[in-house]
Amino acid sequence: MRHLLSAADLDKDQAIKLLDLAEDMSDVNDREIKKLPTLRGKTVVNLFFEDSTRTRISFELAAKRLSADVINFAAKGSSVSKGESLKDTAQTLEAMGADVIVLRHSSSGSAHRLAHTDWVGSAIVNAGDGSHEHPTQALLDAMTIRQGAIKHPRGKDLTGIKVLIVGDLSHSRVARSNLILLTTLGAEVHVCGPATLAPASLVSSGRVHFLLDDAIKLVNPDVVMMLRVQQERMSDSFFPTEREYARIWGLNKSRLARIGENTQILHPGPMNRGLEIDAASADSKNSMVLNQVRNGVAVRMAVLLTLLSGEAS
Amino acid sequence: MTGNYLLQGVTITTGEVRDVVIESGLIVDKASTGTSHEVMDCSGLVVLPGFVDLHTHLREPGFEQSETVASGSRSAAAGGYTAIHAMANTFPVADTAGVVEQVARLGEDAGLVFVQPIGAVTVGLKGEQLAELGAMAQSKARVRIFSDDGNCVHDPALMRRALEYVKAFDGVVAQHAQEPRLTVNAQMNEGALATKLGLGGWPKVAEEAIIARDLMLTELTGSRLHVCHVSTAGSVELIRQAKARGINVSAEVTPHHLLLTEDLASGYDPVYKVNPPLRSTADVEALREGLIDGTIDVIATDHAPHPKESKDTDWASAAFGMVGLETAYSVAQQVLIDSGKSNFERLGAVMSSNAAAISGLAQQGKYLSAGSAANLTLVDPKDSWDPKPQTLSMSENNPFTGLKMQGRVRHTIYNGQFSYRDLSIMQRAGS
Ligand SMILES: [Zn+2]
Ligand SMILES: [Zn+2]
Repeated sequence: MRHLLSAADLDKDQAIKLLDLAEDMSDVNDREIKKLPTLRGKTVVNLFFEDSTRTRISFELAAKRLSADVINFAAKGSSVSKGESLKDTAQTLEAMGADVIVLRHSSSGSAHRLAHTDWVGSAIVNAGDGSHEHPTQALLDAMTIRQGAIKHPRGKDLTGIKVLIVGDLSHSRVARSNLILLTTLGAEVHVCGPATLAPASLVSSGRVHFLLDDAIKLVNPDVVMMLRVQQERMSDSFFPTEREYARIWGLNKSRLARIGENTQILHPGPMNRGLEIDAASADSKNSMVLNQVRNGVAVRMAVLLTLLSGEAS
Repeated sequence: MTGNYLLQGVTITTGEVRDVVIESGLIVDKASTGTSHEVMDCSGLVVLPGFVDLHTHLREPGFEQSETVASGSRSAAAGGYTAIHAMANTFPVADTAGVVEQVARLGEDAGLVFVQPIGAVTVGLKGEQLAELGAMAQSKARVRIFSDDGNCVHDPALMRRALEYVKAFDGVVAQHAQEPRLTVNAQMNEGALATKLGLGGWPKVAEEAIIARDLMLTELTGSRLHVCHVSTAGSVELIRQAKARGINVSAEVTPHHLLLTEDLASGYDPVYKVNPPLRSTADVEALREGLIDGTIDVIATDHAPHPKESKDTDWASAAFGMVGLETAYSVAQQVLIDSGKSNFERLGAVMSSNAAAISGLAQQGKYLSAGSAANLTLVDPKDSWDPKPQTLSMSENNPFTGLKMQGRVRHTIYNGQFSYRDLSIMQRAGS
């Protein structure tokens, strides 16, 4: 594996290997001294053209636990045009010795572009590109689901597990990457959201439900993944009001009572409490949100390790 | 000075092989005795009416780092063009008699191709109030085609007024059909691939809805409409039905929409980013069919040069547009001739005479009629070649790079003089 740009870069074996490696990394994180010397002398650059403190900190921690040097570069709000600064900034950072560039950018395909032009030679990790993909998020979600559903998860895939993804399917990079990765791992993935936010090509795949109540009844999911609602979708008339969204697509007490006792609730964070998820659901024993955060560090360690040590290639 | 030429053994559009004689810049039936001619062996070459492009972005004034009238003229001559139409989205916008006359004059100075300015429909291309169309029509630049290209004249009342108003000058409104509210953040053809790539979709209906509306307005006003860069099967069908009903509409298709499909966006290389976007294979087939059956009147390049920094970026930041003057003929040959579905007469019509008629250019598209100015293009249908990113255009946003092309322009004769000869650009005589 030279880069991680899309969940589609991983076949089933590679994905399972990465998840197993992440389990090993998770064990490191539970030790007293949470540090491995493996990437000493390597430099990881977090190049963030979009704010995302959580993702950035998660990558930073992952790199530090592997003893790599970390540079954080927030390029947001620069006066240079977006495109110019992607090329120029990446080249500048590489000249400073970046071995891996972790890129977050508002433009879909920017990580792919960085990896496939002659701009830089570093390994590229896509930490979210526009409304395209966010593959490490899908890996941490898969890790969380696997841990929650399977007693001895190492070496296992997700066959037989039913996942329902709820929210903005048109614009969500989390949804895209999860659809790909969870399907690769053998899960049965269903999606649910307002028809305005469900692309036609997805609808024709047959596993799309417009109403959450129908979806819960029909799918009987083992996992419900709630996506974060972006404010601008409402102003662009994708749905009328927050109240209506919460009423039809929000996870709430009454729906919580209707999902299985062991059904896991995932959310990529940060949550809009009262919109896509209410407090009762967010704080319930079904909520895996903090496991997701913990697994995020482990998964990113596994990815950096794989890219920089040539393991599992 | 203008030479006398005897083009020996050239194939004409009907397939007949004969000699073509040019004397003092004019086509003559027979070489006059007592006159000396430069005799050129043209066996294997096909002579066509000099190409006329209805849709060229020359970028001057205002964006001379991308293209100038002179560099665009060189690229046009190399593509077999003897006339091109300069789009109005310059800076300042070509919305006054002064600017269109300036562009026409720059074209004369370059002297390689007839440069016919297109005038903006609305002031500053803003879609708010009509530009002085009459002044542009009556200027030395003699504008007949008006277009806000780059923008759509989306206000239906304004479009109606424009159609009515240009009737006085035998004008035509050339519409860039794109409903703006349906194409907010549009980056590529809407569909499964756009969903997969996470790029904003440009739905076909955004083009078709405007075309349908404009056809009705054209019928209502009894005016004349030209539809720029038709890109969808649905648009072809709308125009086909309108023509059957007698609505006075003409339409163009670009070489890239005749050849390339949306799959090229998969690698996020912005050289394939264009507006309207590359569509599906089914659309390409419908466009070809429309071109062959007469629904679509002309191939127009929408040659849109951009400097390297506008394409050497991520997809969303990149500019829309492709160059295309020097590859248009090869695409036309592939679609009409090599496919076995049409012929050189049709090729001459869609590359030259139809465009000349739409724009009312008396000196263009006349082919071999005796006494007319010699504006001719000689092509070698057997020459196969590989387009390079660098052309005579100042820009390198060339999506045809890396494709194998069959058929190539060998010579271009503009007003009786070679502007392009044996694959080389000629300097203007006397300069
Ligand atoms: Zn246009
Ligand atoms: Zn154009």
